[in-house]
Amino acid sequence: MLLTIENLQAEIDEKQILKGLNLDIKPGEIHAIMGPNGAGKSTLASVLAGKDAYEVTAGSVMFDGQDLLELGPEERARKGLFLAFQYPVEIPGVSNKLFMQTAVNAVREEQGLLALDMFDFDEYAKDKIELLEMRPDLLERSVNVGFSGGEKKRNDIFQMALLQPKLCILDETDSGLDIDALRLVANGINALRSESRSFIVVTHYQRLLDYIKPDFVHVLYDGKIIKSGGFELVHELEEHGYDEIIQQSK
Amino acid sequence: MVDAKNISELGSSDTQYQEINDLLDKNQHYKEGFFTSTHVETFKKGLNEDVVRAISAKKNEPDWMLDFRLKAFKHWQTLDEPHWAKAEYTPLDYQDYSYYSAPTCGSCSEDGVEAEIDPEVAKAFAELGVPIAGDDANIAVDAIFDSISVSTTKREDLAELGIIFCSFSEAVQDYPELVQKYMGTVVPYHDNFFAALNSAVASDGTFVYIPENVHCPIDLSTYFRINEAKTGQFERTILVADKGSYVSYLEGCSAPVRDTYQLHAAVVEVIVLDDAEVKYSTVQNWYPGDDDCKGGILNFVTKRGICEGKNSKLSWTQAETGSAITWKYPSCILKGDNSIGEFYSVALTNRRQQADTGTKMIHIGKNTRSTIIAKGLSAGKSDNTYRGLVKILPSAEGARNFTQCDSMLIGDQCGAHTFPYIEVENATAQVEHEATTSRIGEDQLFYCKQRGISEENAISMIVNGFCKEVFSELPLEFAQEAEELLAISLEGSVG
Repeated sequence: MLLTIENLQAEIDEKQILKGLNLDIKPGEIHAIMGPNGAGKSTLASVLAGKDAYEVTAGSVMFDGQDLLELGPEERARKGLFLAFQYPVEIPGVSNKLFMQTAVNAVREEQGLLALDMFDFDEYAKDKIELLEMRPDLLERSVNVGFSGGEKKRNDIFQMALLQPKLCILDETDSGLDIDALRLVANGINALRSESRSFIVVTHYQRLLDYIKPDFVHVLYDGKIIKSGGFELVHELEEHGYDEIIQQSK
Repeated sequence: MVDAKNISELGSSDTQYQEINDLLDKNQHYKEGFFTSTHVETFKKGLNEDVVRAISAKKNEPDWMLDFRLKAFKHWQTLDEPHWAKAEYTPLDYQDYSYYSAPTCGSCSEDGVEAEIDPEVAKAFAELGVPIAGDDANIAVDAIFDSISVSTTKREDLAELGIIFCSFSEAVQDYPELVQKYMGTVVPYHDNFFAALNSAVASDGTFVYIPENVHCPIDLSTYFRINEAKTGQFERTILVADKGSYVSYLEGCSAPVRDTYQLHAAVVEVIVLDDAEVKYSTVQNWYPGDDDCKGGILNFVTKRGICEGKNSKLSWTQAETGSAITWKYPSCILKGDNSIGEFYSVALTNRRQQADTGTKMIHIGKNTRSTIIAKGLSAGKSDNTYRGLVKILPSAEGARNFTQCDSMLIGDQCGAHTFPYIEVENATAQVEHEATTSRIGEDQLFYCKQRGISEENAISMIVNGFCKEVFSELPLEFAQEAEELLAISLEGSVG
């Protein structure tokens, strides 16, 4: 098991959001998490990544044999947990190159590998820039500054490709993307699929899932998973909406 | 004439040593905070006409210099200490400072024979990384220790090009006509309270003259070191770039850790003639004081340059990280047609530091241009203010200004303030002002950490990214020093 979540409860500003969530993910699996607004989807992503504002009040999360909740966000990242942000952040004056070279080398250090110098890094980044059809001057530009919404999301997937994580969490990466950007993001994700890499895809829409065909689909409502199924559950949701499932669960 | 000896006290300062080391232990983040125990000659505390005369006598100055001091002193007595800056301090007791302190060498004679530099003072500069032996090929240094210049390197090499690079005191003796021609022309003695005080009790400083069409091949620099307790440093720097010349000038500063405010009130005058260019860079790392900024430097400085000639250019770049209070507005008077003024500034405040800094761009000549890029970083419980004036006079046909002020807040107990004053009296002028304030985002930090980057690296990356436009204007070694200073000054400010 790569990730085991048991009875996870978490709150923000003393408001409970996650109310006993359970989820098991094996290496190589893709899990989609769907659900209405306010169900706790983004909270789950943030709690797994270790964002300060959230407080875990009960439950446990084991990641690759370790207690995930014991680790700081940077340690989680170095051990192979990656979050693609709903709103990727701008960092003026910091080049993508400096940013990602520092990040890649932090992960490599954790793995006992030698740091990449700037030439090795350029070489390493080259095909990934092409994969996501980023502008050739990407590495020289400041992190996400002056990027369109779609470019920012693609830049996150580019970072994911560089860091080669064990668990990729995509927090509404598909929202706000036009059809071309969506295809590029989906291609990026598919290119990273492997037997040892797992995904949690948080989304509102079917269209990204049509491209990447998740193994499991979960419906999150009021801080708990109320229904799980295979890819066919996506179509059921598209047809009937969440109401029916929510009613059944009550 | 008053005999200087009657007012001076000779003695060693060993007694203070233990106390200072104890303080140092509490202030480990300020690595320049050591104190040099050496034989010093320090005037008794207090300020009156006799003291002004004694300083002048001590320096064996000609009458015109003494007259300048006395005129300034008389005027200073009529002025009130200014408190309009966004920085709070209790009025200073000017009688509680000493106005002259100089290292003496026990073995050296007192009759004016050229004294070797005191080994303890040499050690202090070595520890600060200041190359006073002249062994760095790319830089010439004037090292100022308390009230006097103790060493000026590369003078002979520069003299071959006709460049004068010496202490202010020497210039008064050796180049009286040049000093008289320029002193007080850009910053008159009556300019303001601290400029008047400086004019009266100016201790030492640097004098630079670059002759016509000479491109100064190396950076010139001055390193200011305050060592004695309760001593004010009042240096006076004059830099003249004659027609068609170029010079890059740098200054750095530091002081030992103390438990009472130390006063630094300098005056800098820069004169740039036709087609000449001056780049003036400062990395200011005066002791900021303890966690409440007690004992820090009060940095009350008047810096101003005039682009006297056509097509002349003056560029100020400053990284201000130290001092308890900074009150400083390096300014350009753009008199020559097509002249250019630039101001690039990073001011960082932490703990209870207060900085009120900015610039004045006075456009007089036709097609004059100015650029202001000011970056303020506030952390801890500090206050950081940008105050700037862009003034376009009626004669300044076609003048242009671009101003950008960005403030970054680190934490939620600090303040950032912007006071831009714009006065336009010529309708052809173009003036642009942009300002932003941001908080070092928890979001930015989390984004970096989520990519595996440590908090320390993340902060230094974000802050240096914010300051990049300014640091890229600094000479390379200085830019690096400034980046390191930022990192040190910000230690422990987040999280």
